[in-house]
Amino acid sequence: MSDTADLKRTPLHAEHVRLGGKMIGFGGWDMPVQYTGIMDEHHAVRKALGVFDISHMGQFFAKGAGAAAWLNTMLTNNVSRLAVGQGQYTILLNERGGVIDDLIIYRIADTEWLLVVNAAKIDEDFAWMQPRVPAGVTLENRSDEFFGLALQGPRAAEWFSKFTGGKSAPARNGIVQLGVGGIPLFLGRTGYTGEDGFEVFGPAADAVRILSDVLATGAEFGIKPCGLGARDTLRMEMCYPLNGNDLSPDRTPIEAGLGFFVDLDKGDFTGRTVLAGQKAGGVKQRLAAFKMIGATPPPRSHYAVWKDGAQIGETCSGGLSPTLGCGIGLAYLPVGFAKPGTAIEIDIRGRRFPAQVEKKPLHRGGTAS
Amino acid sequence: MNVPDDLRYAKSHEWLRADGTVGITDHAQHELTDVVFVDPPAVGKVVKAGEVVCVVESVKAASDIYAPVSGKVVAANPGLTSNPAFVNTDPYGEGWMFKLEVAAPSEREALMDAAAYRTATGA
Repeated sequence: MSDTADLKRTPLHAEHVRLGGKMIGFGGWDMPVQYTGIMDEHHAVRKALGVFDISHMGQFFAKGAGAAAWLNTMLTNNVSRLAVGQGQYTILLNERGGVIDDLIIYRIADTEWLLVVNAAKIDEDFAWMQPRVPAGVTLENRSDEFFGLALQGPRAAEWFSKFTGGKSAPARNGIVQLGVGGIPLFLGRTGYTGEDGFEVFGPAADAVRILSDVLATGAEFGIKPCGLGARDTLRMEMCYPLNGNDLSPDRTPIEAGLGFFVDLDKGDFTGRTVLAGQKAGGVKQRLAAFKMIGATPPPRSHYAVWKDGAQIGETCSGGLSPTLGCGIGLAYLPVGFAKPGTAIEIDIRGRRFPAQVEKKPLHRGGTAS
Repeated sequence: MNVPDDLRYAKSHEWLRADGTVGITDHAQHELTDVVFVDPPAVGKVVKAGEVVCVVESVKAASDIYAPVSGKVVAANPGLTSNPAFVNTDPYGEGWMFKLEVAAPSEREALMDAAAYRTATGA
């Protein structure tokens, strides 16, 4: 067991322990990896409803008349496409076009923006952005003030109605601010599983009460508390990248297959020159999804990928897909080998097992759309 | 946590039966979470106590399984190929992993008994 003394705790830590959560260190936080079992929780999200503690994630608030123009110089996607109450997935880059972080940004008022960033990157993101804030714009890191819960699953919309007393839910990627039992909440309709769902952010002091309400109102929809284990298998089936595994300061969003979230026509932004060059001239490698063939051990991160007797890359994510019942993973491969249908091999403890490059996502038919 | 009295236990959470059968404990399967694959040991391999014999994969991670005592691997559980979850559901029965021809019975005596293992795991 690793020493957990240095790990940060979310406001729901005691609840996880009470609910039988098995705690592990993740990105500097002591978080539940599972409660009853990863498979069980995974299937609950694909078939019914799951709730994840995402209080470790960060919340930044950008404000000011010039905030939109400034955010467009910092992030790859175009924030001016967002009306109040809408959000988008976007990426924060370094000058080499490499990924610092991937995040969701919401327009919560005409000149006010909420950025939800990865837990392990809160300090790094803020240290990067803060010195670049222009006059007339403010950027606040309010991560410690908020708890976060992700409600995910095909029954999420029914849960929302019950939880909010019949309020209308935001559209996909949208956000609403509501008082529930007198507690002010942000409810964004997004997630990391491929299913319909909501991310709920509110005052850290009210976390336990809201979780209890969520579990009570979710009971009739088969809600299960879910840990980071299921979160990982769910996102891998959707080929959603995990920063630190699949994204890095040395890889661009074009190489990662996230070109859809890069707007090269909106004006200049950090890393744009590199990305425009790649878009015009092509990339050498691309993040490919693969599936193991037959009964094999599940692939993990940093396993060698082989083709025709030579190593062509290394896996960055890997595991067993509970939905597909086989090993799956992601790897940066030379573009010639990154095409769906390409036969590859994964080296697992010195033995090579057959796999095939597949179209993303690996799981289809989720309720997120 | 189930800790049968008739077994001996290694610090690395394997159990050993008098006939040389080895598996992992209820505590270990609980810590590992859902077992999804067991990489079978090589039958005929001679191992020292503490050496890796085989690998168990859970949804989350790969874990080495060690020889609790020195000996020769004389059998591997064929049932785990199609039903790796036996390790979770029946760790002391259908979930057994391999059988050793124990080299030195004294090594067996050096392992923990059930009471000591219960204390070690807080069971």
